[in-house]
Amino acid sequence: MTTFLSGIFTRSVGKKIAMGITGLFLISFLIVHCAINATIFVNDGGKVFNEAAHFMGTNIFIRIMEIVLFAGIIWHIVQALILTLDSRKANSVKYAKFDGKANSKWYSRWMGLLGTLILMFLVVHLLDFWAQARFTGLGIPPVMIDGKEYENMYGKMLEVFSVGWVVVVYILGMISLAYHLMHGFQSAFQSLGLNHKKYTPVIKLTGTLFSIFIPLIFALMPIAIYFGFLK
Amino acid sequence: MNLTLKIWRQKNKNAEGKFETYPVKDVSPDMSFLEMFDYLNEELINKGEEPIAFDSDCREGICGSCSMWINGRAHGPVPGVTTCQLHMRSFKDGETITVEPWRAKAFPVIKDLVVDRSSFDKVIAAGGFVSINTGGAQDGNTILISKDDASEAFSASMCIGCGACVAACKNSSAMLFVSSKIFHFASLPQGKVEAKTRVQNMVAKMDEEGFGDCSNTYACEAQCPKEISVEKIAKMNREYLTAKLT
Repeated sequence: MTTFLSGIFTRSVGKKIAMGITGLFLISFLIVHCAINATIFVNDGGKVFNEAAHFMGTNIFIRIMEIVLFAGIIWHIVQALILTLDSRKANSVKYAKFDGKANSKWYSRWMGLLGTLILMFLVVHLLDFWAQARFTGLGIPPVMIDGKEYENMYGKMLEVFSVGWVVVVYILGMISLAYHLMHGFQSAFQSLGLNHKKYTPVIKLTGTLFSIFIPLIFALMPIAIYFGFLK
Repeated sequence: MNLTLKIWRQKNKNAEGKFETYPVKDVSPDMSFLEMFDYLNEELINKGEEPIAFDSDCREGICGSCSMWINGRAHGPVPGVTTCQLHMRSFKDGETITVEPWRAKAFPVIKDLVVDRSSFDKVIAAGGFVSINTGGAQDGNTILISKDDASEAFSASMCIGCGACVAACKNSSAMLFVSSKIFHFASLPQGKVEAKTRVQNMVAKMDEEGFGDCSNTYACEAQCPKEISVEKIAKMNREYLTAKLT
């Protein structure tokens, strides 16, 4: 019993478990974020979306989860940095010839790079929306929905995604996310010890579909707005 | 067959190593990779040069001694075989073959292609055993073991400890080896008794010996000459978590 919990997240196996837990938590966030933002495709001038955004911005549970989310992102990143540095230490001499593609997927070997690209995208994304909604104000007038005043997050989206290079940055961000998830989704289950002959093929298929469709739906948002499909 | 070999030469643990190029003529396609090395070494000895040091023992794919990184892959291009079971017919005439030692901090090079894998022995000593009191052995059939459990233990016991998993891993992680050694025992009733301490002690020793962390690229499974599944690693994660939480 003296060993209870000691080193649970510091040993090599524990570090994987931490990556898996935080990864799955971030995946659950993606589902919520994607579902809410997809309401823009209702194409009602942002009515449902602005109401949903208002709920997300004011609900106490969501606001607490927002802090947990940032903690989760930071833990995921710090853990990844520790993993990378440990691996460098364990593997200081490289092979002259390394046939990586013969034994693993490129995106499995380049998770750190993909994660860095996602982080860069995240900074741009947070400055575009979150930072303004929380701190500086959107800089555009609010809208009236059913006699009530709402912050015009939808109007902000239309404004941000009217710029071509921003749309390109968002698409590249989503491509990075897709490949990161392609490895990360099933990898999280493996790290948590959830590998089973019956269920693993289902988890892998779900992971692949998730990695394609969630980033695709996200990417379609700036694309649809830029090309004027949404009013 | 005529081949060009680019081989890592290193005098000792502390010396700087470098690649040397050796042309090898009239190689039979039926030679094993190690026999081709014997052939080359004979030539070097006849010329008065230092032969190339490499590990080998049983030469029938079960001892785990041979350990060569051939053309960017552990045990060469054919899946599911050790270097000694790799034959020259798997290469093209005129090909240049690059041969390197396993690369990992926990496997320091001793000489040329020979690495020190005693870190594996230390991990085994930390928990890769079953404590049995001495005395008269009881009848084997008194302990009932299902076929599934027996097969699981057997598939784990396939590990020959060659180190290809560590060599192939971009993180130099030993998790496929360690998890195999754990479930070699933990799948059976006699081994279950010490399951909790075993997983914790072996994982701790693995970390201490300087092996890296696993990031689930599954390169180990792809290059394991015994084709052991990464399912073992997931089971180890599960067992580790259970041991820590209960």
